[in-house]
Amino acid sequence: MTLLITIFAAIICTILWYCSASCREMKVGILCWLYWGASLMWLVDAVFEYISIGAAYFTPAPADLLNDFYLGLSVVALGLVIWQVIVLIKDPKGVVREALFRKKK
Amino acid sequence: MACFLVPAAEAVVTTIAAKVIKTKESRGEAVFDSTEQTAPEMVEKIPFSQKLGWLNRLLWGGSALLLFEHVWHGEVVPWFPFLTAAADPSEVTAMLHEMATAGVMMTVLVTAVWVGMLAVSSVMEKRTISEKQMKRCRRSVK
Repeated sequence: MTLLITIFAAIICTILWYCSASCREMKVGILCWLYWGASLMWLVDAVFEYISIGAAYFTPAPADLLNDFYLGLSVVALGLVIWQVIVLIKDPKGVVREALFRKKK
Repeated sequence: MACFLVPAAEAVVTTIAAKVIKTKESRGEAVFDSTEQTAPEMVEKIPFSQKLGWLNRLLWGGSALLLFEHVWHGEVVPWFPFLTAAADPSEVTAMLHEMATAGVMMTVLVTAVWVGMLAVSSVMEKRTISEKQMKRCRRSVK
């Protein structure tokens, strides 16, 4: 479930990055790298788990499914927080700098 | 247990390598991924340090989110020795085995995807270069 949620997040971010110039300006590419990197690594984890437990991998217990779903959402949220911090620091549209300048005035 | 440490270790190495290569490139000692290119074509090529940056981002991004997953599962803790498996001698072997199998495979897969990206970008660069050369030829004929 975590893998699935991360892959969907990666696909959505990649589509946004490809289709929208303003998304590229807002550094959505960072999210693409984050989510694709994690998706590839969890894919390997999933393959190893499938090798060890077989078809049972596709029928997890409801409690495990819920925990993985919650983890997946938390991972997406963490990725968004990392992206937001980077955007605020790099300030591609100059909004933070403008706000600070106004305050000083 | 600690599989994310292997791609994180590669990320450290590639980050240092990218910085060294970038310094050489800025000094004018151009480091390109192909030595067969002629001077006008080199201008069009993406610097290798930038390409290595793609691998860095994939590795650091993946490792960061996997670190969070390990914290979630209680396998990484904020106190020494940071890995719960490392605190228990009976689990150290299992941890090292997981690093040697899953960790190494993660690193290999991410690096293989990056190599694929290099191949695609190289084809795109060559196409762009040949299109520009064709345009130049047409202009000179006119």
